[in-house]
Amino acid sequence: MSQYLMSVWHDADYEVDFSGDEFQRIVAQVDAYNEELTAAGAWVFAGGLHPASSATVLRLSDGEVSMTDGPYAETKEQMGGFWVIEAADLDAALEWARKAARACEDPVEVRPFQDG
Amino acid sequence: MADDPDAPGPDGTGDLGRGRDEHGDRDLERDRERDLDRELERDLDRDLDRVFRREAGRCTATLIRILGDIDLAEDAVAEAFAIAAERWQRDRIPPNPGGWITTTARNRAIDRLRRESTRHDRHVAADRLHGLGAGTEIGDEADLDMDDEQDDLDDLDAFVDVVADDQLRLMFLCCHPALSADAQVALTLRLLGGLDTPEIARAFVVPEATMAQRIVRAKRKLRDNHAPYRIPRPAELPDRVATVLAAIFLVFTEGHTATAGDELVRVDLSSEAIRLGRVLVELMPDEPEAVGLLALMLLTDARRPARTDDAGAMVRLADQDRTRWDRDLIAEGHDLVRACLRRNRPGPYQIQAAIAAVHADAADARSTDWVQIVALYDQLYEIAPNPIVGLNRAVAVAELAGPDAGLAALADRATERLESYQPYHAARADLFARAGRPADAVTAYDRAIELTANPAEAAFLRRRRAAVADG
Repeated sequence: MSQYLMSVWHDADYEVDFSGDEFQRIVAQVDAYNEELTAAGAWVFAGGLHPASSATVLRLSDGEVSMTDGPYAETKEQMGGFWVIEAADLDAALEWARKAARACEDPVEVRPFQDG
Repeated sequence: MADDPDAPGPDGTGDLGRGRDEHGDRDLERDRERDLDRELERDLDRDLDRVFRREAGRCTATLIRILGDIDLAEDAVAEAFAIAAERWQRDRIPPNPGGWITTTARNRAIDRLRRESTRHDRHVAADRLHGLGAGTEIGDEADLDMDDEQDDLDDLDAFVDVVADDQLRLMFLCCHPALSADAQVALTLRLLGGLDTPEIARAFVVPEATMAQRIVRAKRKLRDNHAPYRIPRPAELPDRVATVLAAIFLVFTEGHTATAGDELVRVDLSSEAIRLGRVLVELMPDEPEAVGLLALMLLTDARRPARTDDAGAMVRLADQDRTRWDRDLIAEGHDLVRACLRRNRPGPYQIQAAIAAVHADAADARSTDWVQIVALYDQLYEIAPNPIVGLNRAVAVAELAGPDAGLAALADRATERLESYQPYHAARADLFARAGRPADAVTAYDRAIELTANPAEAAFLRRRRAAVADG
């Protein structure tokens, strides 16, 4: 078994109406998906993140660690959350990611962890 | 293979020794012998080349399964071919060169495993041994412990069989949907086609370093991601087959009309795509789209001798000298299309092959059965409603009902997505010209020329534009 990171991406400036029906619908989809992951023994960890504007970057240079307002990558798309899963191989991981993209309705990036 | 010192070789050509009394003759004889040696060497090189191109993919496919690693497999096969080249200089090429290469590559690889490998590598090899049924993963670590590594490594003998399955696994691996189309094509040509990186780079007119990096990255991605080495499950199969077909067709179209470079046709890529298409049909005889793709490629390739004139300039389908079409390829393509019709599970490649077959039936452009072709395009548009099919349908409609009807059909379909598609502008230009609208035609030709990277094609469009502009 190998571990894969499935990260969820969206526009940096997206706003969520947490009480809205739309959000509730997606939350219900993701909950169901998480249950499926758990039942299959594929679940390792998952979580949603606060917006990228909440990030802080720390960086070592000349022996000193400096701090700047984040996020690190100044891109239009930012990571909004992620899963870590166990899967037999790439094809199994991609199948989980396919379901994840349906559940969260955002693009999902799959990336393998280095073998520990 | 035993060395045979008595084997007839270039030195045993005793008759050439006559007349050695005179110095001049002797020199002549020596030259002649040298020439003969060189010729035999060239013949052997050609034979080895042919064997290599034919067997490399099969051998690599099996070695990947045995070793669980693409690079190790490539190294082992390359080493075995080097040994073969040397050995076969002395002996002759054995009756089953592929089996010889595979066995030699396997033995060398096992020797190396026994000699040098770390415990980890042996575990990987053990996993290959025990994981065959479940499907091997590229770069996976084994969690098996081997009590008797020696015995298990000897069991590798059993792995040289079921070669056909291996080639299919390798096709699906090279054309994994997680890879870009460019990477799929490069990897397919490298691992299944036995082309080396400089050859592939030349074929696609990209710098060698770019192609090398593309291949290295693709292999690393498959390894890091633990891509499985297996035939996809039935549920995944339609999508995965479609990706393999698309990659092979991409190789073919790149060979058929090079997107860049001086020659219109690059024979090597077209031939290689057809070879891969044949392998796929052999491996998946029940996949009608594989048959359809092969038929389409054969029927299209049959026109190759007529697609350029003596000066290398492009000739349109309508203007081609059809006596120059390759009748053997057409006959084979026709047989395959008929087999598809009998099976009656149509798909995009089969329908395109049927269209090519209708063209091949016509003695000249005027006697083409355009009713049939428009009907086939309608069927194709139903299955694959994309603007390019709409464009081709419109061109067929123009042949059937005139240029105005063609232009109307073009406007009717969702063709605005074709704004940066050269053939769209070339087709519009032609229809405008035929509809007596030279100004519109010139504008469309300008746009088409702008979008053309192939010099032969650009020259053709410039000639057409000039003809319209001069009225």
